[in-house]
Amino acid sequence: MFAGVRERDASSRSDLLKIRESQALLFPPYFFLVVFFVLPVLIILSLSFSHNRDFSLGLTLENYIRILDPLYFKVLLRSILYAVIATLTALLIGFPMAYFISFVSPKWKMIFMFLILVPFWTNFLVRIFAWLTILGRQGLLNSFLIWTGIITEPLHLLHSGSAVVVGLVYGELPFMILPIIAALDRMDISLLEAATDLGASRFHVFRRIVVPLSIPGIIAGAIFVFIPALGSFVVPDILGGRDSFMIGNTIKNQFMTVRDWSFGSALSMVLMVAVLIGVSAYLKQGKEQSLGMGEYL
Amino acid sequence: MAGTDHQNDLAFGRGSWVRGITWTGLIFLYFPIIVLIIYSFNDSRFTSHWGGFSLRWYEIMWKDTALWSAIRNTLIIAVANTVLSTFLGTLAALALSRYRYRFSGLYHKTLHMPIIIPDIVQAVSLLMLFVFFNFTLGLFSIILAHASFSISFVALVVMARLAGFDHRLEEAAMDLGANRWQVFLKVILPNIFPGILAGALLAFTLSIDDFVITFFTSGVGSTTLPLKIYSMIKFGITPEINAISTMLVLFSIIAVSGIHLFERKT
Repeated sequence: MFAGVRERDASSRSDLLKIRESQALLFPPYFFLVVFFVLPVLIILSLSFSHNRDFSLGLTLENYIRILDPLYFKVLLRSILYAVIATLTALLIGFPMAYFISFVSPKWKMIFMFLILVPFWTNFLVRIFAWLTILGRQGLLNSFLIWTGIITEPLHLLHSGSAVVVGLVYGELPFMILPIIAALDRMDISLLEAATDLGASRFHVFRRIVVPLSIPGIIAGAIFVFIPALGSFVVPDILGGRDSFMIGNTIKNQFMTVRDWSFGSALSMVLMVAVLIGVSAYLKQGKEQSLGMGEYL
Repeated sequence: MAGTDHQNDLAFGRGSWVRGITWTGLIFLYFPIIVLIIYSFNDSRFTSHWGGFSLRWYEIMWKDTALWSAIRNTLIIAVANTVLSTFLGTLAALALSRYRYRFSGLYHKTLHMPIIIPDIVQAVSLLMLFVFFNFTLGLFSIILAHASFSISFVALVVMARLAGFDHRLEEAAMDLGANRWQVFLKVILPNIFPGILAGALLAFTLSIDDFVITFFTSGVGSTTLPLKIYSMIKFGITPEINAISTMLVLFSIIAVSGIHLFERKT
């Protein structure tokens, strides 16, 4: 299983040492990952096919069939819709920001990077809570609108789909901007100059050079926004209401309130598969793009 | 934070649209944070009116013993998680970038999974694991849960660093008579150390910020700061949260500045 060490030049003793070393390095982290990542997923996979609370290997599709119930299916579709809208909105705001930041002078760039990174490192709950202060019934926006006399009665801004989408975009926006900046920074400026010298219009240069070269960043950003948005539980929990709950809320309720672990597991499996399909489709489009998070952080 | 000089004479990225959206985006990012900070100094309980400048919410925060015990738990978990996941993540990075295994592709994919899969799915699956094995929920279960996703982040950051490592250095050291252990300590480790440090910092931050996975794997007496903030948001909002939030924003400003200074040095 551990055969096939790369370098095969040295004596057999050194070869043996290398094989030992390769095994010693691999075993601890993967033992941990198998116990605390692979095994838990297998447990919910088996739970999703069994009757409620039954860890024995049952074989029933009732949990998956139940997801088709309009009550739950609607939540699933709504989650996908919100996640797609949030991703597109984040791209629409994030791309111009990244484009701008990528071309400013080094001094300004440092300042802008700082301004993007502070929210990125700030606690997510706190940032979502801030919107409660703004959108609440007695929040800042309502107080302001009443003060100006535009409205007399406070608006119901919270507990709505738009509040959830605003929260999702707000929470994930830095994750869209940073990978696009990284991609644009890798772009060779002389390409733009050459194209301009050869008579290409600015729009042409943008469309034919800038956009294609930033695709890897856009894909990475879209993935980093779409996945947490689709599985979000905090944002709809704090800013949403009955009509804007997402699949994350349903999963949480199944495990914490209703205690129907099997149905909750089936929902989790569907969410996981949806994300994996989405990601692999994206990655195929971007051909050989790996999800190298390392350079973006 | 890449800092390459991208200035050009062609004025790319200078259009008024791009400029306008950038500033609007920054206002969008900062307006809520600034509102939190301003209201943390509001003497009134209500956002709807300004009761004058006051530090009373900071005083209440300072005397909130439940808050301090939550902070203590958060730090214990974060430190333990950082040590565990930095060690295991670095091993995984070394293994995958130095050796080719029969199932290398599978190992790489497994490492990426915890980053790709939504945290709520990981959270409920870990909960089921602990229930299945009758494992008591508490600080220890949270640490294990945090490590299960932090390892991947550490490994990827260290691997990015190892990708730029020149293997000839290693061969040179061997030729000069160093044994494998000396090569590791004197050649490889110093080279990838910034990566390990960045990975450790990331593991620490992920742990401090995590809410969803902690929420499902915590037990009695293991409330962390994000859990405490969540329960304050859900059950009785007082401006004390504004004061806590302001402190957290302040910490991220310090952290980002610190990272920046560190990067300048290396």
